[in-house]
Amino acid sequence: MTTKALTSVNPSKSTGSAAGSFKRLVGNRIGSAFALVIAVLWTVPTFGLFLSSFRPEAEIKGSGWWTVFTDPQFTLDNYAQILGGATSTNLAVYFQNSVVIAIPATIAPLILAIMASYAFSVLQWKGRDIVFVAVFTLQIVPLQMALIPLLRVFSGTAVADVFPFLSLWVAHTIFGLPLAIFLLHNFMSEVPRDLIEAARIDGAGHVTVFMRVMLPLMLPAIASYAIFQFLWVWNDLLVGLTFSGGSRTVQPLTAALAAMTGDRGQDWHLLTAGAFISILLPLVVFFALQRFFVRGLLAGSVKG
Amino acid sequence: MGFFLYSKNGQLILAVLAFVALLAVLLLIAKFADRIKGRKQTLVMVAVFGGPALLLLVLGQVYPAIRTMWMSLMDRRSENFVGLTNYAYLFEDGLTALANTMLWVVLVPAGSTIIGLVYAVLIDKSRFEKVAKSLLFLPMAISFVGAGIIWKFVYEYRGSAQEQIGLLNALITSLGFEPVRFLQDAPLNTVFLIVVMVWIQAGFAMVVLSAAIKAVPIDIIEAARLDGASAWQLFTRVTVPSIRPSLVVVLTTICIATLKVFDITLTMTGAEFNTQVLANEMYDWSFTFGNNGIGSAMAVVIFLLVIPLVVYNVRQMNKNKAVRG
Repeated sequence: MTTKALTSVNPSKSTGSAAGSFKRLVGNRIGSAFALVIAVLWTVPTFGLFLSSFRPEAEIKGSGWWTVFTDPQFTLDNYAQILGGATSTNLAVYFQNSVVIAIPATIAPLILAIMASYAFSVLQWKGRDIVFVAVFTLQIVPLQMALIPLLRVFSGTAVADVFPFLSLWVAHTIFGLPLAIFLLHNFMSEVPRDLIEAARIDGAGHVTVFMRVMLPLMLPAIASYAIFQFLWVWNDLLVGLTFSGGSRTVQPLTAALAAMTGDRGQDWHLLTAGAFISILLPLVVFFALQRFFVRGLLAGSVKG
Repeated sequence: MGFFLYSKNGQLILAVLAFVALLAVLLLIAKFADRIKGRKQTLVMVAVFGGPALLLLVLGQVYPAIRTMWMSLMDRRSENFVGLTNYAYLFEDGLTALANTMLWVVLVPAGSTIIGLVYAVLIDKSRFEKVAKSLLFLPMAISFVGAGIIWKFVYEYRGSAQEQIGLLNALITSLGFEPVRFLQDAPLNTVFLIVVMVWIQAGFAMVVLSAAIKAVPIDIIEAARLDGASAWQLFTRVTVPSIRPSLVVVLTTICIATLKVFDITLTMTGAEFNTQVLANEMYDWSFTFGNNGIGSAMAVVIFLLVIPLVVYNVRQMNKNKAVRG
């Protein structure tokens, strides 16, 4: 199965389909109702939290969010408090940290992986396949396995003091690489070999082929992986918690939120607004670039 | 210079510039190597294109993984060799974590895949397919911490005298039942945490399986129908076998993701009330209690649990390759 066949989502007009048979089996009405139930279950929790984040503190703590339909009361106080209030709950700093962490941690593994996949798909060298399988396998090594030793490399060094974000960037780059190489290699392998050979015969060196032939062709794949990696880094908690050493200057938003659920587990007005601030950017990315995101996901999950 | 050293944005810009400079140097080397001919050229090219990534992987994953295995045989400060003592912990006090992890690994992939598959089939070619897909897929963009808060709010418990603000308990009490302490009462609280992971992963399963279903050739289905296959037969004997490779990938991917999850337990219950899982146990021992021995042992156990999945997947991959020639 090729990625292309899998990503084509335009419904064909044909009467028979693999899904159609099952639908007939369940019956269209029951089936639709069932799908609707699932859709509601998947949406209502987020919707409830979203509505709550705009309710006054006393209201959130005293009544369910659904009461806004009969007694609408909205305020921006929760957001004001969580973005500009006391230091312990001010998420603006952490939001900036997350941005500072995520940008290099998206760019670096992406570019290194594009280059590596060129080495794995275009260049012919001995041992290529074995090394590639090794990289593929690393994809599956749990983060936990590498955490402590990698942490020790950075802790206490002068470089880490001057550049507090460095360890986070490097860690995310390393942990993102295996999957990135795997996905981009898959995409690159689909570029027809003739195209590369034609360029080579015309006298183009590898750098020219890479920059002028591969990169333009790979743009959609690169975009889809970039979104994937960005969301992954933005949503990460484990690396953010361990590599920041609990320091307020470098901790990402997720770590601050996780701490809040422990310390202020009953401060629902802060938690709801905080959660939404952390979700905001991923949601914008998701809705704007959904098509690319899905494509990246399919390339990774449908191997070969 | 001060801007680059003392402000976050400065450091961000500096990092990006440094990285771009490094790439420029690498490509310049490759440009010169383009003029050399033969085997030497390939060697330089592999070093330039693949070198940086491979170096990082060896230093950042292979070496640390080996070191973690070594540390799992040492004491809490990695000073004295203690053999398998750290692993013995698993069978003394770590049994809850082990049992819960097993429950997670069985229920999350099964739940996500079934819901994803059924949903993909039900909305296939409907008028609202795109929107319906987005709705289920949305949680994929949300962090585990965010999802944890969202569901903590759904599960929120108040004494029966108070007004419930959690959706589920409001429903339960409105039907006349006593409110349920979803996150405190073992053993069901683990299942309620698992629901959150299913909620996150079902969209992934749905997207992949939906694409696979659409790729099943129409002729096969038509042929089966002409042969008089019932809808159920068609589904179990044609559709499911046709999308088997995708099913395997979805199941293993979710399995692996589930083994590593610690954020959900951390944010929702703090791993209390018997909801401990291995990944969270690893975090607790290494970073809260400062015992690298047991922490490393837990990491190794997670790795050991992943290995069979990987072997199976690689085999499956080779099989597919062989079929395609």
